[in-house]
Amino acid sequence: MRDDDKKIEISNLRVTYGEKEALKGISLDVYENEILSIIGPAQSGKTTLLKVINRTIDLVPDAKVQGTAKVDGENVRDVKSVYQLRRKIGMVFPLPVGLPLSIYDNVAFAPRAAGIRNRKDLDAIVEHCLQQAALWDEVKDRLDSLGTRLSGGQQQRLTIARALSHQPEILCLDEFSIAVDPVTTMRIEDVLKELRSQVTIILVTNLVQQARRLADRTAFLLNGELIEIDINEVIFSDSPANQMTYDYVSGTFG
Amino acid sequence: MINRHRLETLSEPVLEWVIRLCGISAIIFVFGIFFFVFREGADFLFRGLDLVEFFTSPEWYPTSVSHKRYGVLALIAGTASVTVLAMVIAVPFGLGAAIFVSEFCGPKLKETFKIIIELLAAIPSVVWGFIGLTIMNEMIIDLFNAPIGLTVLNGGIILALMSVPIIVSIGEDALKAVPDSYREAAEALGASRWQVIYRVLLPAAKNGLLAAVLLGVARAIGETMAVLMATGHAVKIPHSLLDSVRTLTATIAAELGEAPVHSDHYQVLFIIGVLLFSITFAVNLTADLVVKGIRQK
Amino acid sequence: MTGKQETVSLFKPKLGGADTGLQKELATGNESFFTTTPFDRKKRLTEIVAKSVLLLMTLLMVIPLILIVCYLLYKAFPVLSLDFLFTNPTRGMRAGGIWAALLGTMYLVVISLLVSAPIGVLAAIYLSEYAGDNWLTRIINLAVVNLAGVPSIVHALFGVGAFVLFARMGRSILAASLTLAIMTLPVIIAATNEALRAVPMAFREACWNVGATRWQTIRSIVLPNSISGILTGIILQVSRAAGETAPIMFTGAVFYKAISEGDPFAYGLFDQCMALSMHLFTISTQVPGVPEAVPYGTAVVLLGTVLLVNMLAIVLRMYLRSRKKW
Repeated sequence: MRDDDKKIEISNLRVTYGEKEALKGISLDVYENEILSIIGPAQSGKTTLLKVINRTIDLVPDAKVQGTAKVDGENVRDVKSVYQLRRKIGMVFPLPVGLPLSIYDNVAFAPRAAGIRNRKDLDAIVEHCLQQAALWDEVKDRLDSLGTRLSGGQQQRLTIARALSHQPEILCLDEFSIAVDPVTTMRIEDVLKELRSQVTIILVTNLVQQARRLADRTAFLLNGELIEIDINEVIFSDSPANQMTYDYVSGTFG
Repeated sequence: MINRHRLETLSEPVLEWVIRLCGISAIIFVFGIFFFVFREGADFLFRGLDLVEFFTSPEWYPTSVSHKRYGVLALIAGTASVTVLAMVIAVPFGLGAAIFVSEFCGPKLKETFKIIIELLAAIPSVVWGFIGLTIMNEMIIDLFNAPIGLTVLNGGIILALMSVPIIVSIGEDALKAVPDSYREAAEALGASRWQVIYRVLLPAAKNGLLAAVLLGVARAIGETMAVLMATGHAVKIPHSLLDSVRTLTATIAAELGEAPVHSDHYQVLFIIGVLLFSITFAVNLTADLVVKGIRQK
Repeated sequence: MTGKQETVSLFKPKLGGADTGLQKELATGNESFFTTTPFDRKKRLTEIVAKSVLLLMTLLMVIPLILIVCYLLYKAFPVLSLDFLFTNPTRGMRAGGIWAALLGTMYLVVISLLVSAPIGVLAAIYLSEYAGDNWLTRIINLAVVNLAGVPSIVHALFGVGAFVLFARMGRSILAASLTLAIMTLPVIIAATNEALRAVPMAFREACWNVGATRWQTIRSIVLPNSISGILTGIILQVSRAAGETAPIMFTGAVFYKAISEGDPFAYGLFDQCMALSMHLFTISTQVPGVPEAVPYGTAVVLLGTVLLVNMLAIVLRMYLRSRKKW
């Protein structure tokens, strides 16, 4: 396909937690500026995959990683600064985490960690990110109140704003809609559609319809194995390459 | 603004090393304690001390002019008698209170009791010793018509009061660690609260409670000021609760000030220190292993 | 403030009412809904007996504390005054106050705190934030437990061997404070460790995910949210250090030393000093003919200080718990 604009290349990736094998040697590529959705039932290794990409897997005790994951052609295990790698990747996990800081500081946290001190720059980043996350209008008058006091849906958008605050090139979302009401989900989906021109998005979801609505391509993971990856037109057609994909997508199991 | 961020990034590895160093400081200190205490007594330990006599003779005459004798049997007996009595009192009371606080109290009452127990644990040992020396002393003389109230009984009661808070707080932790589902399952079968405690909770929390008792024992063995002041100063093997005794710890506290530095007497006191260190180390280690035992199950 | 909180306050009374009603129904259910058998009655009886016995045991522990405090206060009453705190002992410690001892204790506590607080807090940070689940961590934890279990008189021997003799500090405030610092280190480590672990893991992960370093995470999120627990640990260290006698007996505390009254800088780092705990021991066992009220007064001041400091820790803990941010 488009070999020269591969953003992430994963080949033969195996991850074990102690005895348990979470990923059993999967290979897939993610292209620049696409939305790749990863679907599959619980425990199929979706979250693990994201943790490998930004190397937070290092912080999980007894996790063992084999195989390679490359971001921009560079093996994540050989990067000079793991912090720079993480800043390149925005992460949003299922449960919203508002840090026990003010809303402003929540969004300004990452820029500050990266060394931006100028108040004006920070103000601009905070406003821009909150607007991107469709939260600005709701909180612009109370940026000083605690992020942990926001409602679940607002906190999830705050988490997205924080993930965007370090201007990532890749945005990974892990079942972001689990703790969010449908209206907010739709708003966040709109946000993602707008973002696709600027960043590469990996969308891990257990909602098959969400993958169908948003993604350019979809990968189907089952029990740590990659069953199939293809453009949406194929995956959601009547004849994907693998019968299991069809069964899962059409709701026969899972 | 000479790039504060840059400075921070550079200083972080240094900081992490300092943190690591502090992290292992506890190990360094434990070894340091053993090393320095052992070092002060090592000379006499290898040169002149008869270890058989040391452990089996009740004769402790370190300052005798004609024939110095260094037997710690009577001191060990003193420590043992006071500790055993303290545990006989403190274990039932401590575990009883732990069960009461953990299983029968409402949250408000529980909080109150825990605060009181915390305060009880905070009373300095010299104040306990003072209480033994004054209040308990008089009470024992009055009650038992004894010539002196500074006895095994006195020391045992004081030590019991000192060990109870440890037993209660660690025992309560152990009971709290039993999953609520055990309680619910037993109650669903129609067991009364007491049956739940007796047949389900106590067996399940067995190890934690044992550890609580062991830590109480360690505290009682190691206690110094309270027994120094409350048990009288008689180096002999006690025959009744109303005999005065002297413990290993009290002996060090009483005699170190008078023993000339690096004399045999002085060094023997450090050897007793090594002995005490080893005993409490063994007890604490056992308690720790017992607690780990539950976690692995 | 937010819609969420309003809803809570709106519905809470109603829910609460229904709840207690249901509980009452369940609690009385034994008698009213089901027939009581003799077996049930026996069960209830054992339960009541068990409960009262256990209550009695608990009270037997609690009551002495209150009685003792009252008795000490009663006996000490004749000497308790501000003068007692701020004058030196006189006439061979048979009269006068406790100034030199009080100031000495403060010196020992502050200096030992300056040493043990940073080491203890950093050690706890290591254990909670850096240490993996490996043998080294297990040994460190074991060492902390054992350090807490080493008898105080063995700490004293260590202080003599290491600081007084080996480091040539002589018997001094410095040597005594260092001995106290090592002895009280586990208190701070344990309290801080617990406080750090109470900060949810999700906060740390959120920080790491946006590229914050470990230390940035600790400084900006973990420490600010565990400061109450850390302060509690530090306060408990103070109370512990103020009450200890054995470790300072041979490392820096003396029976008697006159210093200028009212001068808070009367001691130097390499001076010997008096200390409250040591003073209580001395006048109650070593000096004949001390009027009864003087040792009682000293005991009350010492006990009062320690209990007050502990109470401060408890109040602080409750206050900060009530305004948790998540």
